Amino acid sequence: MELFFNPFDNLLCILLGISFTVWFTLLLVFIIVPAIFGVSFGIRRLYMKTLLKIFEWATLRIERGAKEKNHHLYKPYSNAIIAREPTSLEEEIKEIRRSGSNKDLDSVSEFEMSDIFYFARRGVESIMDDEVTKRFSAEELESWNLLTRSNNNFHYISLRLTVLWWLGLLIRYGILLPLRVTLAFTGVSLLVFLTSLIGLLQNGRMKNVLSEKVHLMCYRICVRALTAIITYHDSENKPKNGGICVANHTSPIDVIILASDGCYAMVGQIHGGLMGVIQRSMVKACPHIWFERSEVKDRHLVAKRLSNHVQDKSKLPILIFPEGTCINNTSVMMFKKGSFDIGATVYPVAIKYDPRFGDAFWNSSKFGMVSYLLRMMSSWAIVCSVWYLPPMSREEGEDAVQFANRVKSAIARKGGLVDLLWDGGLKREKVKDTFKEEQQKLYSKMLVGTQEDRSRS
Amino acid sequence: MGSSRSSLRRVPDGQQLLQETGFSAAVLLRLHQRFQFLDKDSRGHLRSEDLEAELSENPMGDRIVGAFFQPGQETVDFPSFVRVLAHFRPTEKNRTRGGEQPEPANSRNRKLKFAFQLYDRDRDGKISRTELLQVLREMLGLQVTEEQLQSIAERAIQEADLDRDHAICFDEFRKVGPVRLPEPQHVAVGLLLHQEGMARCSLNIQRKCDLCHFHLWN
Repeated sequence: MELFFNPFDNLLCILLGISFTVWFTLLLVFIIVPAIFGVSFGIRRLYMKTLLKIFEWATLRIERGAKEKNHHLYKPYSNAIIAREPTSLEEEIKEIRRSGSNKDLDSVSEFEMSDIFYFARRGVESIMDDEVTKRFSAEELESWNLLTRSNNNFHYISLRLTVLWWLGLLIRYGILLPLRVTLAFTGVSLLVFLTSLIGLLQNGRMKNVLSEKVHLMCYRICVRALTAIITYHDSENKPKNGGICVANHTSPIDVIILASDGCYAMVGQIHGGLMGVIQRSMVKACPHIWFERSEVKDRHLVAKRLSNHVQDKSKLPILIFPEGTCINNTSVMMFKKGSFDIGATVYPVAIKYDPRFGDAFWNSSKFGMVSYLLRMMSSWAIVCSVWYLPPMSREEGEDAVQFANRVKSAIARKGGLVDLLWDGGLKREKVKDTFKEEQQKLYSKMLVGTQEDRSRS
Repeated sequence: MGSSRSSLRRVPDGQQLLQETGFSAAVLLRLHQRFQFLDKDSRGHLRSEDLEAELSENPMGDRIVGAFFQPGQETVDFPSFVRVLAHFRPTEKNRTRGGEQPEPANSRNRKLKFAFQLYDRDRDGKISRTELLQVLREMLGLQVTEEQLQSIAERAIQEADLDRDHAICFDEFRKVGPVRLPEPQHVAVGLLLHQEGMARCSLNIQRKCDLCHFHLWN
């Protein structure tokens, strides 16, 4: 055995050495240098286009294959056992009655025994399929993006598809993942190292400029580490000093995405371990707001620190995610009012991920941080759009909650997300009575008319 | 990968429920996931509080929750849960029924029975005037006066009550019930959720999605 290896040993070493050098040069030229200067070769967009073509083909193959074999395609989302069609109460009850007795339906204003079916059906729908909780589980796709984690249909359909899938697996785990991990490692260590260096400088303009450059550079490397293809819209509305930047939250990556296009002061709890190291070194270069665990509960203290930061115009805008938790990027949940109480200008930002390439949602009850990051790095790409909305301030006579809701609707509208009224920190609290009353109002309107009708007749 | 049949093993009484209720394996799995989600403390059964949270928006919430529990029982396990939900499956038209086969849960008769029991809370086989009034009050809340409520109930009983005993028994209920019962529909839904409807985002490579205007790229 040894004799066999010996002559190849040297050759092997040489080959390995060469390939490593080539690898790192390529890395440097195509990824790190552009990251430093903020330019792009457009490789990622080309990559995205190619991927889309392949996905389309794959989906068509699956659908065709399923039809041939008469499999019932288990489309997880469309197998939502029920579909909520947006018909009104009146229409539905008419429908129920119409299919019933042989009476003419010229007036609906009579109670029928069968009306109970409407409420029963709605009730059972709510039990079977909860629209709100869907927000918390990953958005399920109809097309297939060659990741089995997002597909329940993958029976053996065709040889070509299987081969493609294996190829995809190989590429993702063999080529992309190591590349990305290397980049991530580089990015993070550069961040820690350089910010600590800058921390040694005196406070002043030089320090701020350098810190900005360093932060941007490192975040850009991290963006490439995730192969994130981001489109920024309306950059003229970018947050300015002394303001608060507010965005919807889907995953911890949101921070990287936003911070690679502008400099923000982060807010958060001090963690231990690697996160803690990063946090501590970041704060040396420019002021971020990190709280000790004990301080987090004290809302008053939090508000005070935030407002102090905001009042100092030389400090960077604060980045806050008011939903308080990661939502699955189909809707925006209720914003917590704390950050809207301070009285600073709010710069809303909407982030929308394209789910076709990889699901960016972090389901913290299902995955830990590390497994989440690995999943991210072994997906194809993360494609998202960021919209900067024009700044908003609290108006006269508006309280913090109303202001928060106004900002939330603006973000939801821009990002094409559903604006939900529920609390993102959804513990099963009793939903307010008003929803129930709405239903009762609608039904009674149908039967007996509104107050005005009654007083007229 | 892997067929759904193998994961049915995790579902209690899985095979039996498949045959009994007529749900497909995929739907049964989904219901099991849902059951597990509702069962917050992982007890293996649901209590009324678990279901009530989902129905807080429904004026008849408590009543519907009650329909899941057998009289005297405080918990419902997964097979019972599914059997109740099976009432809401679409009715099959051409079923060849042998005499001994038990009536399927989603037959018209069983559906009507389910609805009847929603009214008839004390399970005495009749919907009394009081019970009808209670249901009406729940459906209408405080939006109508007591007199209006009484008159609605009176009319309903007069129309339905054929044997003049001032109550509605199941046969009378069947006659006024609808011929076709509302069923949850299966509908293919799209990629991105949008307002209340479901919009489909096409796979074509273009700058914007036609429906949700999500910018693909510039």
